[in-house]
Amino acid sequence: MSDDTFDETGKLPETATESTTGFPGSGEIGARVGMFGVQGSGDTSGYGGLVRPIALPPLATRPYGAWYDQLADAVAESLGEEPRVVLHAGELTLIVQREKLPALMRQLRDDERLRFELCSGVSGVHYPDQTGAELHAVYHLLSMTFNRRIRVETSAPDSDPHVPSLVSVYPTLDWHERETYDMFGLIFDGHPALTRILMPDDWAGFPQRKDYPLGGIPVDYHGATIPPPDERRTYA
Amino acid sequence: MTQTEGNETVFTATGQDWDELTDLLREAPEERVVVNMGPQHPSTHGVLRLILELEGETVTEARCGIGYLHTGIEKNLEYRTWVQGTTFVTRMDYLAPLHNETAYSLGVERLLGIEADVPEKAQVMRVLLMELNRISSHLVAIATGGMEIGALTVMTVGFRERELVLDLFELITGLRMNHAFIRPGGVAQDLPPGALDEIRAFLKLMRERLKEYAALCNANPIFRGRLEGVGHLDLEGCLALGITGPILRSTGYAWDLRKTQPYSGYDSYDFDVITWDTADSYGRFRIRLAEMAESLRIVEQAADRLSRLEGAPVMVADKKIAWPSQLAIGSDGMGNSLDHIRHIMGESMEALIHHFKLVTEGFRVPAGQAYAAIESPRGELGAHVVSDGGTRPYRVHFRDPSFTNLQATSVMSEGGMVADVIVAIASIDPVMGGVDR
Repeated sequence: MSDDTFDETGKLPETATESTTGFPGSGEIGARVGMFGVQGSGDTSGYGGLVRPIALPPLATRPYGAWYDQLADAVAESLGEEPRVVLHAGELTLIVQREKLPALMRQLRDDERLRFELCSGVSGVHYPDQTGAELHAVYHLLSMTFNRRIRVETSAPDSDPHVPSLVSVYPTLDWHERETYDMFGLIFDGHPALTRILMPDDWAGFPQRKDYPLGGIPVDYHGATIPPPDERRTYA
Repeated sequence: MTQTEGNETVFTATGQDWDELTDLLREAPEERVVVNMGPQHPSTHGVLRLILELEGETVTEARCGIGYLHTGIEKNLEYRTWVQGTTFVTRMDYLAPLHNETAYSLGVERLLGIEADVPEKAQVMRVLLMELNRISSHLVAIATGGMEIGALTVMTVGFRERELVLDLFELITGLRMNHAFIRPGGVAQDLPPGALDEIRAFLKLMRERLKEYAALCNANPIFRGRLEGVGHLDLEGCLALGITGPILRSTGYAWDLRKTQPYSGYDSYDFDVITWDTADSYGRFRIRLAEMAESLRIVEQAADRLSRLEGAPVMVADKKIAWPSQLAIGSDGMGNSLDHIRHIMGESMEALIHHFKLVTEGFRVPAGQAYAAIESPRGELGAHVVSDGGTRPYRVHFRDPSFTNLQATSVMSEGGMVADVIVAIASIDPVMGGVDR
């Protein structure tokens, strides 16, 4: 590993990810440098040049087992193609392109083989290193009929942060989508009133994005100065 | 105090000027009045702002303004270790701190793959604490709800009994609120000596006290008159709006995650899911009252199990995850275990390194995401936990039931009287710390 894989500022090197295919949500999302993940001070362990990829759980292949295959069959009918499935920690995630989201969610709710009556909400995740798919929207669904849970994940590039609104399918998403917009800047097209909900109306920026600073001031304590949390040494 | 812009007039009420205000309103050309209630108002359960459009005394539109208690807890979590995360999540829904901690811990444990390794005693202690917490939370719901309709005795007795639960929390966890006691891998500390006796004494007392609430409220004509038929929301409405907890069960649907998707060993306890069939505020009150009795049943079973589990571990055996030391009683009270300090400072360099690594750096959680949902006093409390394989959460999102349930304000209040808005919101039992996070 040559020294030019990471620069003096300790920034992570650019890595090719799967994201450009339009189906992010699994696989590599970045890389970790050095032995302990410490940045800003010398790594004297002798492993300073170590680069390890950060990889989310991989896509699953058939057969998935249990009821997962039936679900995938039913979903494949409406998608017109084999769905992308991640099975991890006993939970199933469907990864879909944003254009296909409304039809899929409507089917998940209405199809008598699926019956996901309750949507527990949407939460955003920001992966700044996933070029072309930085912003993710993750929906948690519950079928009370079959007592099952699944997760549906979609993504949008930072340059075009649009995802179709699902308020017409699950009215509960009204506030959840507003919160995700407020925190990540994801614009849910078709939402009845997409305004900020937790931050003040005139706030600039989207606080939960990774490039948004936490803020804080240094604190003096017993003669030492403690930097704010986002400037302290990390072992990421 | 009045200001006219175009054809709209803004009146500012500052209190003690109601006569003046009604005189002015009488001269106003239209009946339609938009009232801003809150955010600082004793009847709004914390800092909730209500924007009500009234025609006479009838509410035609009701909207919520939230965010006044937003503290960026989810953002802060991304700058702390996984264990430190519990100290933040506990402050979200401050009336159910132990539920927040459990949901978060279950999510982290699922990513770590140690769900099955959490020792039995830790599981039982979690259940015990969560059920005590359910009682204290329901007591506040009933107490504040009573206060808002003028039933001050309901408030005083509610807070009286809640104090008993908080005393138990103080004995077991060291704090009345914000415990950070339930952590990934188990719980922070073993039961202190004498705790089971205190719990049993509380059970005995509380069984009697619960009867007082029933005697005071259940058949009280004023209480029923204010609550019955108010804040109606049927099953379809609940599912569309994602509403869970006592509101969902007041439609007659016995959905309780403790029964339907058991966690922490709830399937091994004997208790009933309480439902009501009126889908109104009175039904929700009765459900909360009866659920407290069920919680007492669970607490009793948990206490019996704990009496057989003396000395059993309360943390996973994996030393790469479990906190390296337990607190111990010293001459100046509970504090750092002197044995542990002697060990790391005087006996073993490796133990010191291990302690340092685990406490300052923390453990790593495999990359991936998990959604752990539990039945909090207000409904489905879900923790969406995302890891990138680091020592800190990459992203944690809490699906707080108060946030979701508060969306029902409009549908519960519109078309009703302005006084019923207060009752409807009290029956939702929102906790703004959880709504705004």
